Amino acid sequence: MATNEVVLSVQNLSVEFSTDDGVLTAVDNLSYDLTAGETLGIVGESGSGKSVSSMAILGLLPKSAKISGDVLFRGQSILGRPESELRSFRGNKIAMVFQDALASLNPVMTIGKQITEAIQVHDDKVTAAHARERVVELLDIVGIPEPGRRVDQYPHEFSGGMRQRAMIAMSIANEPDVLIADEPTTALDVTIQAQVMEVFERIQERTSSSLLLITHDLGVIAGVADRVLVMYAGRQVELGSVDDVFYRTGHPYAQGLLASLPRVDGNTGHRLHRIKGQPPSLVFLPPGCAFNPRCPDAKPGTCDIARPEMHSIGFAHASACHFAEELMTKEVAL
Amino acid sequence: MTPDLQEAIAVGSDETALIQGASPVARTQWQLFRRRFFRHRLAMFGLVLLVILVVSCFGAKWVAPYKNVSDLLADPAPPSKKHLFGVDLLGRDYLTTCLYAGQISLKIGLFVSVISTVLGTITGAIAGYFGKVSEQILMRFTDLFLLLPGLAVLAIALKKFGNSDTTIILVLAGLGWMGIARIVRGQVLALKEKEFVEAARAIGCSHKRIILRHIIPNLVGPIMVNASLAVAGAIIAESTLSYLGFGVQAPKTSWGKLLADGKESIATKAYLLYFPGLLIILVTLAVNFLGDGLRDATDPQAKH
Repeated sequence: MATNEVVLSVQNLSVEFSTDDGVLTAVDNLSYDLTAGETLGIVGESGSGKSVSSMAILGLLPKSAKISGDVLFRGQSILGRPESELRSFRGNKIAMVFQDALASLNPVMTIGKQITEAIQVHDDKVTAAHARERVVELLDIVGIPEPGRRVDQYPHEFSGGMRQRAMIAMSIANEPDVLIADEPTTALDVTIQAQVMEVFERIQERTSSSLLLITHDLGVIAGVADRVLVMYAGRQVELGSVDDVFYRTGHPYAQGLLASLPRVDGNTGHRLHRIKGQPPSLVFLPPGCAFNPRCPDAKPGTCDIARPEMHSIGFAHASACHFAEELMTKEVAL
Repeated sequence: MTPDLQEAIAVGSDETALIQGASPVARTQWQLFRRRFFRHRLAMFGLVLLVILVVSCFGAKWVAPYKNVSDLLADPAPPSKKHLFGVDLLGRDYLTTCLYAGQISLKIGLFVSVISTVLGTITGAIAGYFGKVSEQILMRFTDLFLLLPGLAVLAIALKKFGNSDTTIILVLAGLGWMGIARIVRGQVLALKEKEFVEAARAIGCSHKRIILRHIIPNLVGPIMVNASLAVAGAIIAESTLSYLGFGVQAPKTSWGKLLADGKESIATKAYLLYFPGLLIILVTLAVNFLGDGLRDATDPQAKH
């Protein structure tokens, strides 16, 4: 499914906000490539820069954000382009699925009208009848029953799962090359979550678009992603295939995340593992590795002085830990 | 069987249908709007009252009991069976006079409301949505207009541009848009941060499209309520002006003008003040009720 053609390339992306306390670095030197048809999961806790980096791609951040680096879409730079040019990319080449579907749908417009709008904005020649036909088809694709009737209903008449499906229908209306899903299942219960993720898989099979899946749910990642990018305090700490990151983990933070997952098999009756401490303030980051104050394997003299860079620790597997190679050989207590 | 009971049974059978798995009747938003609006008792009362007043004023030619001519031989007389509102100082049937006067009052109220609402909505939406410099300029401009002593400006403007209906309407609208501008701006400030606006941007909508298709439709409720209040406000403002002698000039007449003309004889012929005053109150009340009903009916999230 995945070919090696790079659709979206993020290069040294940094996003800074100035606050009263100083400069807040929300995203720090982030780089990754997204190939056609691939699903890349971005994980990290709140404030790790997952969402901000994806908003930066579409130019949706407020003007106060200072963005540097580059974002290439099929080789063309799209960062810092004027709003009017970005508009032709948004929803057309790169589309976004938001977290809270109820808040992301206009309460006074029918679902059908909102999806129609996504089509009309990029194609002013489309007829109303044709657009409607397409909307019904889209609703059918995302698995909404009775799409012909549902199309004329309002968001509040939809259930949570159906709203998220409608959002997805809206985002795929123009068959975008890249779909950015910002925590698409967070507001949903597990059953609906699974159904929504299935919808994504079905869509990828149909349109072979790439999916950038932002989540803090490692279970979702394990289920659908091809590769994983782990972020901590605005920096990338590990990037690799799902198997590499889950079974040959090369960063203590990623290890901590994995170890803190509740498991249905084995080891019951224990307290869940936790990562000690709090995520650092993005204004006052600790020197050296941002994770060193919380890291069980931190070595004074190295980790609190030198900032580790991303380096290859295997085939298409990179980590930003000074001691990644040693960690990988260590048995992870899962 | 009372209508309420019938309805209860009807609702009950609706639910039974749901339980049995039949799909419930889907109502369009327009149907829901009509349903909610026509069930709103006060709004219906306001609508009926307003329709009666508008039809009888603008149809005064056919509705009025007498011809709208003065009869200097006739004496002023208090209300009687023959002359329901009495006879005024010029010997006219006062009901007839009031109906004709209503034409101008209502016309001014309606047009001022529409124009000031449009002006205010545009100003408020642009200021609220774009923020920064445009907001500063537009809102300080709005403040400036609020600072103007309304009556003085109105009086001067009317002296300068004449007392035609059009001038009065334009001047009143020009001094009446600030309230709605502030309300719309405030609402837009809150709405533009909503995720659906961001989602609209993410599908590639232009700013114009977002304002017109996503933000303003969410404000139909408050805008309609304010527009209906503006009708009352404009009628009262016109009355005040006319009462002070700056508004409508003879031989034209409005309810305010009638009040002004009647003030001389307040001690002896108070009915000359009661009836135009009553009509102003009735119209004000009617449009307020109407606005109330419109607000309730336009809320898409109301349950029934």
